[in-house]
Amino acid sequence: MAEIIGIWVAAFLTLCIFSFLYKDNPLYKFAEHLYVGSSAAYMLVYFYFFNIKPMLIDKFIAETGLARWILIIPTFLGVIMLLRIHPKIGWISRWSIAFTMGIGAGIGIVAGIHGYILPQTKATFLPLFIKGDLIQSANNIILVVGVLTTFLFFYFSKEHKGLLKPPVKIGMAFIMVSFGASFGYTVMARLSLLIGRIYFLLHNWLHLI
Amino acid sequence: MLKKIANIDRRIIFIVIVLCIIIPFLTKTVLEIRVSAPVKSAYKALEKLESGSCVLFSVDYDPASQPELQPMLIAVLRHAFKKNLKVIMMCHWPLGFPLGQDALMVTAKEYDKKYGQDYVNLGYRPGMSAIMLGIGREIRDFFASDYAGTPVDSLDIMKGVHNYGDITLLIGFEAGATGDYWVRLAGAQFGQKITLGCTAVCAPDCYPYLQAKQIEGLIGGLKGAAEYEKLVECPGAGIIGMTAQSAGHIAIIIFIILGNLSYFILKKREKE
Repeated sequence: MAEIIGIWVAAFLTLCIFSFLYKDNPLYKFAEHLYVGSSAAYMLVYFYFFNIKPMLIDKFIAETGLARWILIIPTFLGVIMLLRIHPKIGWISRWSIAFTMGIGAGIGIVAGIHGYILPQTKATFLPLFIKGDLIQSANNIILVVGVLTTFLFFYFSKEHKGLLKPPVKIGMAFIMVSFGASFGYTVMARLSLLIGRIYFLLHNWLHLI
Repeated sequence: MLKKIANIDRRIIFIVIVLCIIIPFLTKTVLEIRVSAPVKSAYKALEKLESGSCVLFSVDYDPASQPELQPMLIAVLRHAFKKNLKVIMMCHWPLGFPLGQDALMVTAKEYDKKYGQDYVNLGYRPGMSAIMLGIGREIRDFFASDYAGTPVDSLDIMKGVHNYGDITLLIGFEAGATGDYWVRLAGAQFGQKITLGCTAVCAPDCYPYLQAKQIEGLIGGLKGAAEYEKLVECPGAGIIGMTAQSAGHIAIIIFIILGNLSYFILKKREKE
């Protein structure tokens, strides 16, 4: 019974949201507000039970010595982050932000260079002509030309005219192809979501398929 | 006529697309699916593992990406269980946990797999980058217990599993940038072999990883899920949805062509 009620509620809310495709209306507003409110409440409860309780409260009770008292540091940083709501002492929250930024930059720089820039650069060092494999040779040439011309497109120290103009145009064409591919995949993704909802309505709710 | 096409009511476009999706479902039309090289590579990466190898599944999406990634997760889990691989599941997205658990319940039952012996769900823990780096040292530092609070040391499947060295393959199901972090942290810094399954929106950003051999394979969007279902010979929501997807794409392509043609013709007429 609970499952049936759940399916009817989900179907009703799905149709409420879809009704926006015709025009804005109270049913859509109702579903939208319900979604925002329930998501916020759900995340609040989730983060309390998965972050604050197990990693701070429970650990503080269970641990002893340094492992226990070191928890005061993240608690302090968390509390001062909340001071942003007070204009006079809001500046103190910058300490927490600085801490987060420091960690983020530390991890990000290493990950970015070691895990992205170096391997990706290495992957463009390709032989332009492979004996007996014309298709692979063509692929490699396209890849190398694409990388170099796209780099040139983002070279702004010199005006894009004269000798620089043709490769920059080619670079722009590569960027356009990339945008096209991203757009195509985005359309595919959004259609997949619509398919998922329609499948739910036809299969789980109406039992037509 | 051309003016009408150029200024077509958006609601007509919506109706046509919805019909293009509903009709294939009702007529139960199934199109032939061709398996692409990235999906084939992903399949091979799992297929070549020896029975009993440990595979880490990272479920990093929420219900918003469920239509694309859930069929993919189910298809890969079926493949893993068919191969008698040990499945360890975790998630960086809080709402990935119930979705992963649903998929595990369905597939484990099909292959008669036992919890704690053949598979485990470690659940969600906050601190994405820290967890990824920390697993390189000891997985227990972050996952001392599974989702239900059972200590991992009491589970057979976790015996001898400590860090990336004990995990043969990591498969990330990604709706955001978590896959990038897996590649840049676990892959680059610990040499962990990784396969990514991602939403279609994320797929173009993952191709460079595949080209640079930073990942073993790539399963992109609902199409990728359908291709994987074909490879494991277990048709599911992916294959069912592909006909509707193709019909929808054709409708959108026709609208784009009509819109552009009418725009250019009208522009030319205005000039004349």
